[in-house]
Amino acid sequence: MDGMVIIGAGESGTRAAFALREAGYSGPVTLVGAEPHLPYERPPLSKTIGDAVQMKLICAAEALDAAGITYLKGLSAAELDAGAGAVRLSDGRVLHYEKLLLATGARPRRLTCPGAARALDFRTHADAEAIFSRVGPGRSVAIIGAGLIGMELASVLRGKDVSVDVIEAAPKPLGRAVPARFAEKLHARHAAEGVRFQVDRGVAAIGDDGVTLTDGSLVPADLVVSAIGVLPDIALAEAAGLATGNGILTDACLRTSAPNVFAAGDCAAVAQPGGGHVRYESWRNARTQAETAARNMAGAAETFGALPWFWSDQYDLGLQVAGLPQPAHRIVLRSAAEGELEFYLDDGRLVAAAGLGNGNGLARDIKLAEMLIAAGISPSLPELADPSVGLKTLLKSARAA
Amino acid sequence: MIWVSAGKLDDIEQEGAIRFDHGGRTYAIYRGPDDSVYCTAGLCTHEAIHLADGLVMNFEVECPKHSGAFDYRTGEAIRLPACENLKTYPAEVIDGEVRVALA
Repeated sequence: MDGMVIIGAGESGTRAAFALREAGYSGPVTLVGAEPHLPYERPPLSKTIGDAVQMKLICAAEALDAAGITYLKGLSAAELDAGAGAVRLSDGRVLHYEKLLLATGARPRRLTCPGAARALDFRTHADAEAIFSRVGPGRSVAIIGAGLIGMELASVLRGKDVSVDVIEAAPKPLGRAVPARFAEKLHARHAAEGVRFQVDRGVAAIGDDGVTLTDGSLVPADLVVSAIGVLPDIALAEAAGLATGNGILTDACLRTSAPNVFAAGDCAAVAQPGGGHVRYESWRNARTQAETAARNMAGAAETFGALPWFWSDQYDLGLQVAGLPQPAHRIVLRSAAEGELEFYLDDGRLVAAAGLGNGNGLARDIKLAEMLIAAGISPSLPELADPSVGLKTLLKSARAA
Repeated sequence: MIWVSAGKLDDIEQEGAIRFDHGGRTYAIYRGPDDSVYCTAGLCTHEAIHLADGLVMNFEVECPKHSGAFDYRTGEAIRLPACENLKTYPAEVIDGEVRVALA
């Protein structure tokens, strides 16, 4: 069976399968997924309905059938022979491909301390079921890692009246991807909601009664969740001799170092115009890279240049970040009815924006900011800071210029 | 057809939308670039997000969460991940007041 083969049926792999059809490809498309379900969305996993973990499918089985996509579930790729254009699956069958997409995603980084096996991960539907089936009012959970996943989980657990401790090795929560101003506001909100933070402390051991920190103190917990980031799933590519680093290395068109093999989503580290490779971990990136990779597999030669964007919902607050804010950027603050926005300028040019507010109240402004960034404008700083000057007005004048 | 008052046209930004709740349901009411008004079901068909928080440009509304988009005049889903059309309801402006027919 030649044709297109996609390894990984998460957001990226599944999106790519459909995008191949949208690009006009009419040959066989085979989508291989390790999990036992139909492809599903991960963001809803932390948003339980009552006590039930949501299984929000990316597509119904009928949609896969209608698009002529062969979906092989519960299987992974055991070996890739890029020279022969073939991939062997975990059940022994061999698929020959015309083009291959590696959408293997990322897996949670694991702790290495004594008792590390006691800590639960939070990435898959099964992980979510394992966590939420064991918690309830009055129970206590220690979350190791104060990144977006750990903090989102903390907010959901507080909503269920679960006692929460968050342990973080860095001096502050959310230090990696969230602008400092909004990281501080979210931290304060968590503290006000009763989350206890143990920052600047490592984990020495995990036992029956909780987590022992490197300073010798014990954080008592009925359940321990590890949320210390993810590692790209590069083992298959590495064993096949493809170029890897912090991810499967690709050129700007998402082509790997092997002929006819592409990579997209959390596993892909994409060559940048200024040199180096960047790997993104977000829902939208998984989709946009999948779409670019699929079009290129079908014969195009598009470079991937979508602006990074992610959101995080914690309590009733919504955070959105577009672009990559850097410490060296000039920051312009703008208040909004629903919260606050920050704009980030590099040498006068708008390159990133972020907002924190009630629910999705700032989504519209962030979307307009994305369009302003795409327009390549160098806005007037007073106008950017002035809430009475609509961003849509700025966009229209930028487009008319 | 039962017409319900949904407030003043002046309270909706041109090329904007408001959320309108009535009878236990939520709707989105839009004011187009030409001051025409339209009404659709209030929640995105992809993941039940309030569309009134989304960006309105011309005759399109974009879901604030996943960037699915609809033509709010017809309810047609025009960008993934939204693939199911929105229900639409008649809307009109009488003496500066927006009225929608919800039944």
